[in-house]
Amino acid sequence: MATEHLPLLHQLPSTLVALLLREVVNYDWKFPAEREDLDRQLVYLGALSMAQRQEAMAGFAQIHLSSDLEHFDWVGDPVEYSERLTAYLWASHQIDVFRAAALEYGRRVDAMRTPEHPAVSPLGIVIVGQGVKTTPKPLCRKLRKQGAYFSAIQPDNGFKVLLDAVAARAAKYPVRYGHWYIDGGASASNSEPGLVSISYSSLAPARAAILKRMEKVIRSGAGGPELLHEQMAKLQPEDMGLGGAGSDPILDHFQASLLSEGSGTQLFSTSFVQWAAREALRRAQPVTLLARFSPRQRQRPMSELIASPQQEPTLDPQGSLVDADMGAYLTWLNQQRLPFADQSSFLVWWEDQREAVAIGPGMPRGTESSSPLRLSELLIQIT
Amino acid sequence: MTSGRLRKHRALSVLQFRDCSTSGTNHPCGGKAPLPQRRWLIRRGVSTEGSTAGLSEVARAVSWSRREFLRAVTQAGTAGALSVFPRQGGTGTPRRPKVVVVTFGGGSRDDETFMPEGQQNIPHLLTELLPRATFFAQVVNRGILGHYVATASLATGVYERFNNFAAVPPENPTVFEYFRKDLGRRAYDAWVVAPSNGFNRIGESSNRAYGPGLGAGVILPKRLLNAALTSGAGASFDHLLRDNYETPLYTPALSGSEIELQQLEEILKVSVTDFTAHARNLASPDELSVYVSRQLMRQFAPGLLWITLHDIDIAHSGAYSLYLEGIQRSDRLCAEIWNAIQNDPEYAGRTTLFILPDFGRDSDSEAGGNGFQHHRTGDAFSRTTWMLVMGPGVRENVVIDRAVESIDLVPTLGALLGFSPRWAQGKPLPEVVS
Repeated sequence: MATEHLPLLHQLPSTLVALLLREVVNYDWKFPAEREDLDRQLVYLGALSMAQRQEAMAGFAQIHLSSDLEHFDWVGDPVEYSERLTAYLWASHQIDVFRAAALEYGRRVDAMRTPEHPAVSPLGIVIVGQGVKTTPKPLCRKLRKQGAYFSAIQPDNGFKVLLDAVAARAAKYPVRYGHWYIDGGASASNSEPGLVSISYSSLAPARAAILKRMEKVIRSGAGGPELLHEQMAKLQPEDMGLGGAGSDPILDHFQASLLSEGSGTQLFSTSFVQWAAREALRRAQPVTLLARFSPRQRQRPMSELIASPQQEPTLDPQGSLVDADMGAYLTWLNQQRLPFADQSSFLVWWEDQREAVAIGPGMPRGTESSSPLRLSELLIQIT
Repeated sequence: MTSGRLRKHRALSVLQFRDCSTSGTNHPCGGKAPLPQRRWLIRRGVSTEGSTAGLSEVARAVSWSRREFLRAVTQAGTAGALSVFPRQGGTGTPRRPKVVVVTFGGGSRDDETFMPEGQQNIPHLLTELLPRATFFAQVVNRGILGHYVATASLATGVYERFNNFAAVPPENPTVFEYFRKDLGRRAYDAWVVAPSNGFNRIGESSNRAYGPGLGAGVILPKRLLNAALTSGAGASFDHLLRDNYETPLYTPALSGSEIELQQLEEILKVSVTDFTAHARNLASPDELSVYVSRQLMRQFAPGLLWITLHDIDIAHSGAYSLYLEGIQRSDRLCAEIWNAIQNDPEYAGRTTLFILPDFGRDSDSEAGGNGFQHHRTGDAFSRTTWMLVMGPGVRENVVIDRAVESIDLVPTLGALLGFSPRWAQGKPLPEVVS
């Protein structure tokens, strides 16, 4: 693909083309939505006349690069180039110039976009509060303003109801990588057709492998966090024990990136679920997303670390609920950044409890209901 | 020289995660906006670009929200046109003024502090400190948003450009060098206490006009603790040293002017046994820093004491609850520091306390970020913070609306203490020094 567009790439400012090339290099591991986005960018750029291209690239062209960056082999190593570029943009106080140029570029590319209407309106479901029965603070304060708060949900088998509903959507509206289930514990899905399922627990060996790698780099003393992140960014799924016969290489690369590029995803299941949901929405643009938060390990205070350095971690369900509450809000925000967000629905349910918040085209904002309602009935209302 | 962290997602992510939705009816801010990228950058009717002008507009909007809330809570007045308020002089023999600077460090957002939904996290700042302070509601950091380089910029009054993760000194003279050289102060009169290991070179610059021996002593309490715990124990407590929460395992190698274990008794007048016994009762590195700071105050009563708090930076791990706990703890520790100042005869009535974050964190509306977790985007919300100043001669219960810069701190300290920060690029704040 890069070869095919080489003449075009040579005409672009290096600040943009290196970043584009980094995406092109990984084209084979990208979700269909990402590939379409990249294709769209190349079509847009290729359709411009010379004068139009110069005008469109003016923002990037005004960025001054150091001699090192100008002579860097960004074709050979676009990953390292983008790391160095961003560092340089900050140091040279040009990060805001780059940001403005990138936002304008994105606006122009998106203006060309005519997204196809999905077969079904997008639906996001977030399950929070596993193992918690009470909380001192109201749940979902930010999201309540966007939809309706329900205080009398019948919670029996709630998780199964939601998972079954998601599986049914996946079966009825088959879309490649279009339906997702992310679990902060162990996955409860039995390989439902059309449903992408990832879980924090299933990645335990990969997490251990990446933590071991990180320790090795650190102990070598070869460099600081910058080197560490450069090296993490270059890791392949097989470096973490992912992949193998029968696995999906696109999903393997996705899961590897969650651990190598995410912060805290290796250690906290709540961080994993929130980041995985964000990346799934950003990259795969699914029509269905079910994200279930589970209790993360407890952050031990200094006094405990001193007293018992090797103690096995315990769980922090209350802290995890606070994490998940914010995680639900961020997931909704990320859903709103996708096409047809105005037709999307979003549900947050406190696992095994009676509270939920529902947002959707038919849901009046800022309202409350104390009428008994089954989750299945609520789903019908919002979808 | 490269800059601070967070590079990866910064340049690439702006290209990757854009607002692709076709209408704005469900957007947080409601309604449609002419340009998708601006949709969530609208707050109180102010839009922003990536330009300096846009930064100012949003910063003003943030400041407006913050100060209006504060007025409602504290009944604070407005500092209007510049007026001169005479400093309250002491009675009897004049005593040299002192300054304590606390960086409310790790980066915190208005959403979790001064906005209505965040006030529950800062009860001490709001009810004990703010009513006695002049509060600058709009302090803008235009430099690199990495903790070490940003704090060094606060300490030099210049937007430093060095590698945030390298153990290098600032290029420009620090406030500690100006203080000591101009005023002829001895080595024990200026100290920095920092829980973050990467700060070991902050006490003294590489500037040739100042050079070695003129800076502040730097104490890294976690290093002391690790040395104290492992001396003869044969165990490793490396896990205590981890404070780069984006890379939770990272423990940088150190070089430079750090206080060695054998000086623990000499400098702090605390035995290894007592030090470790005390640490075993503390919840966090910042609590240890405040303990060490109080020891310094007792032993040397330094004229310039700089305390860098850092617990809040746990936010990088993505755990929102831990980020809130960090803010709550920092809030409490600031009040403890002020109380320690007021209860110490060497400090009471002659010490000005400055409390300010190094910078903020990304807003929820920024598509290239991930909300509170990082400070990667350089947006107006991550660059706009606040500063609280209290002490003799400082007006109480006042909110300053106008925009100031974080590099104004050093010139202000210079005007307050009587030294001349020649390389600093900020300006003295007349609301403090007049």
